Amino acid sequence: MDLPLDLLGNALVSGLLLGGFYAAVTVGVSISFGMLDIVNIAHPAFIILGSYIAYICNSTFGMDPILASILATPAFYLLGMAIYHVYDVSFERRGDSGLRGLAFFFGILFITEVSLVLTFGVDYRLVEATYIGQSLHIGPIDLPFRLLVPFLISLALMGGLHLYMSRTFIGRAIQAVAQDPLALRLMAADPSKIKRIAFGMSIATASIGGAILIIIQPVEPSIGRDYIGRIFAICVMGGLGSFGGALIAAMALGIMESFTSTFFGPSWSPAVSFGFLLLTLAFRPSGLFGRA
Amino acid sequence: MRNPVFILWLCVAAALTFGTAKLIDNPYVFFAGYVVLQYIVLSTGWNILGGYTGYVNFGTAAFFAMGAYSTVVLHKTVPDLPLPVMIAVGGVISGVIGLGTGYLTLRLRGTFFGIATLAMSVVVQTLITNWSFVGGSRGAYVVRPDTTEYFGIDYIEYLFLLMLALSVIAVGVARAIEKSRLGYGFATIRDDELAAEATGVPTLKLKLLATALSGGFMGMAGAPLPYYVTYLDPASGFSLSYAVNTIAMPLIGGTSSWLGPVIGAVLLGTLQQVATVTISSALSLLIVGLMLVGFVILAPKGIIGWFAPKGPRK
Repeated sequence: MDLPLDLLGNALVSGLLLGGFYAAVTVGVSISFGMLDIVNIAHPAFIILGSYIAYICNSTFGMDPILASILATPAFYLLGMAIYHVYDVSFERRGDSGLRGLAFFFGILFITEVSLVLTFGVDYRLVEATYIGQSLHIGPIDLPFRLLVPFLISLALMGGLHLYMSRTFIGRAIQAVAQDPLALRLMAADPSKIKRIAFGMSIATASIGGAILIIIQPVEPSIGRDYIGRIFAICVMGGLGSFGGALIAAMALGIMESFTSTFFGPSWSPAVSFGFLLLTLAFRPSGLFGRA
Repeated sequence: MRNPVFILWLCVAAALTFGTAKLIDNPYVFFAGYVVLQYIVLSTGWNILGGYTGYVNFGTAAFFAMGAYSTVVLHKTVPDLPLPVMIAVGGVISGVIGLGTGYLTLRLRGTFFGIATLAMSVVVQTLITNWSFVGGSRGAYVVRPDTTEYFGIDYIEYLFLLMLALSVIAVGVARAIEKSRLGYGFATIRDDELAAEATGVPTLKLKLLATALSGGFMGMAGAPLPYYVTYLDPASGFSLSYAVNTIAMPLIGGTSSWLGPVIGAVLLGTLQQVATVTISSALSLLIVGLMLVGFVILAPKGIIGWFAPKGPRK
């Protein structure tokens, strides 16, 4: 097959940039699902919530969406802590986190989505910023700032979280809590407090993820669902709880989706992540980069 | 109560339901009743997997729409096929899909199955959206006859009757499973899969059976849909509200017995029909979401849990 080289190059680059963005929306689930074993399928709904907050700040105060999302992280952090508290009291302590815990998050996903529909309607919303719409040209390759800025933010977010998790006491405690809560208790740390902090952080990342989502594409309440498959596919593929693995898996998925939409049409790209998720689950459930 | 006696009582209840609906003599009763009955089939089907074995299926919409779209295909290729045959075909297709998904994911932890089903509905929707034979994203029209040649009743009454029969079958099968060896096998999986495996319960085989049965019933519930709505597009066929309702109904009614999904479906289904007419459909969905979260937190055993005798049995 004769492929035009610059089309191929552009598809590759935009896939990489898209993958960086996927990593940022996945990182919250890497914490909650990968480290804490909480199957927060409502995570995409919080990302959409983040998008709408960025949208409100942008359209009423003319604020930069990313700045707005960073300012909103404390609120998301508190929201996450509150949700974990309810989850902990109602399900984890009763040892009933399976069916009912999942249904709980599914309900939250649905409530958030319907509330957004009732408040904002089903129209697509978008934000305005000076860097949206411009591109950097390197030879035949286009680097749109609309994708480049989210990519860089995402790398910064991943790097920051990685440092936090490996260097600080609380970060290490979060990594430890999924492995051995009892040993953590002996180190004078309360597992449920550590989990509350970690879950708060995971929801806080949704604020930033939401802002960069609305920079990349217009948002309406139900698009969060498209991301559920992607997020969990990346999280599982990268090996649960591994940031580096998630980043590589996100980029692999981004490139594959970009090629699919370039050569087969964009309406097929949602199927890519699911196919990948199923194959991963069927043949290598510990993830491509996980410890077996 | 023995199974044949139970089935007899179910049939009596079904006949009474149809008689009452006929007495009210308002076509809207059949339209609204059809939806409630459809949810009885859906939530009973869901509960065979979700309630009895403890595996959560978020992909109701995919199974349901698969049944509906198989009818669309049959309607276009062999339009003379009677509807009951189409329902059976839809059930078989959804059952096989359920079996396939289960085979790929059920060997893993239960949560992976849930995630996979959720992602699956997105993908099946992508496939249907890109399939122009069934209308693609524009949707498909199905012409509904006014009357049927069978009993000379209105077509909507015929659909209502079919869905009533499906409910009887679904509830009958669910109860028969519950009281059988199979049901105890399912319960061991729900309570402690590792221990069940260790004592020689063929867990994978049982789970696959549950997935296939559950998917089959959901497909059958969806198969008459094109004739009910006469216009089917992917966005409405794959609506998330099917998944939410189908999970909310058994959990609100109670998942441990066949009665729970029926109570949940009748209660929530009727409530939504009323709320959609009097308030708005978006708000009625919000009510369902809030009730789901409220019930799983506050009443983990559902409505039938309120009446169950206190004891160690879950």
